[in-house]
Amino acid sequence: MKLYIEKLMIIFNREFTGYFRTPLASIFLLVFLALSAGMTFFMGQFFQRGQADLNSFFVWHPWLFLILMPAIGMRLWAEERKSGTIELLMTLPVTNSQLVLGKFLASWFFTLLAIIMTTPIWITVNYLGEPDNGVIFISYLGSWLMAGCFLSLTSCLSMLTKNQVIAFIVSTISCFIMVMAGFGLVLASVRSWAPLWFTEVIQSFSFLSHFKRIQYGVLDLTTFIFFISMIMICISINIFLVQLKKAD
Amino acid sequence: MNLLEAKNLYKSFGNINAVSDISISLNVGEVIGFLGPNGAGKSTTMKMLTGFLEADSGSIEIKKIDLSEDPINAKSIIGYLPEGAPSYSDMTVKSFLYFVGKMRGLKDELLEKRLEIMLKDINLSEVQNQIIETLSKGYKRRVGIAQALIHDPDILILDEPTDGLDPNQKFEMRKLIKSISKNKGIIISTHILEEVEAVCSRTIIISSGKVLLNKETKDILKNKKENLDSIFRKITK
Repeated sequence: MKLYIEKLMIIFNREFTGYFRTPLASIFLLVFLALSAGMTFFMGQFFQRGQADLNSFFVWHPWLFLILMPAIGMRLWAEERKSGTIELLMTLPVTNSQLVLGKFLASWFFTLLAIIMTTPIWITVNYLGEPDNGVIFISYLGSWLMAGCFLSLTSCLSMLTKNQVIAFIVSTISCFIMVMAGFGLVLASVRSWAPLWFTEVIQSFSFLSHFKRIQYGVLDLTTFIFFISMIMICISINIFLVQLKKAD
Repeated sequence: MNLLEAKNLYKSFGNINAVSDISISLNVGEVIGFLGPNGAGKSTTMKMLTGFLEADSGSIEIKKIDLSEDPINAKSIIGYLPEGAPSYSDMTVKSFLYFVGKMRGLKDELLEKRLEIMLKDINLSEVQNQIIETLSKGYKRRVGIAQALIHDPDILILDEPTDGLDPNQKFEMRKLIKSISKNKGIIISTHILEEVEAVCSRTIIISSGKVLLNKETKDILKNKKENLDSIFRKITK
């Protein structure tokens, strides 16, 4: 087990530091911070609402992640396949699960860094009023878990192509579907022809429905289990795809 | 001492038989030259020997360890230079070799020592802090060789190690292969027949996934009427 984690951490370190070897990390962090602040203060009308909470901040996260998570995750496998380093990597004494987990965790913790960098917004709301910090903490946690779902899905899809642009587009569309599944308009259109249980199944797979519950401070165990299971399912499929597509 | 024993390897991709019934045995001190025209199955065979591809049937034993049953331990005995010498172009030479060494399980002190040896022996000292992307083809190939040798493996598998190098670099590479071959078993795939004559103790010629010739190079060279070039052309036509 110790050796397993040691190898996983070597992969993690290479991938995590990899974000900072190119301008990608700074561009991503800048765009993420600028968009989340802009959306909170201008589109979310943070000051006009006059409420000491971060709803106007978290409400945009599913939409932000929809674009930004595929941007982080698109390179995870597509780049390895295009440059041929996948052959080098997979002839090292390492298992597929170590590779997939190491890469995924690196991108997920990079996202955590981005989320942590938004804490000035949290400090602002604490300065202006007395928000429920418990709700804010749960929302932060939920936001990170949702980002993990987007990333694991993107990682999986980036194994299917050697082209990072294709990986990005397909991942964004897939993430969009996962978000939209909980949107009222989509559910209404499904409800018109499908049985109730089918509509409920679709809604239960929506990132948006689950995230909304967390956002309002409902510490719902099923929601956490949903996000964790989604990540685990995507990682398992990713491990399978690495074995299947490595030599294509 | 036997290092690698591959028996009756088969591999097909869809309807195409890439490798049909190839068997290879590699001993300590031996350098096998793996020859064949383009698409003969050289790279596919090498990918199977290194555990990157699974054979459809047949067995591969690395120092008596079954590659399919215990891939992690079997792979740790092999050093491999894939075709085109791929490496992480955004890393520096030193950090890339450090990464591969760590993945190979080398502990800090030994890794530092091996890094030093690699940088010196493979003439990479002056570019050790340079980003790989900015290196010339010759240097990139040397980085590939260094990562394959970083853990001092018993078996070295090199897929076209001199491809794209200038004559001086080719000479250096052959000298290096010769100098390390005493205590190791090496398999080299190449198109260059003079390379086989210069460094390989045994020659295997394959075509359409089948072994057509498997002989000691000195026995082939004894034949004054035919050289390796004419034999190659005759049997792979």
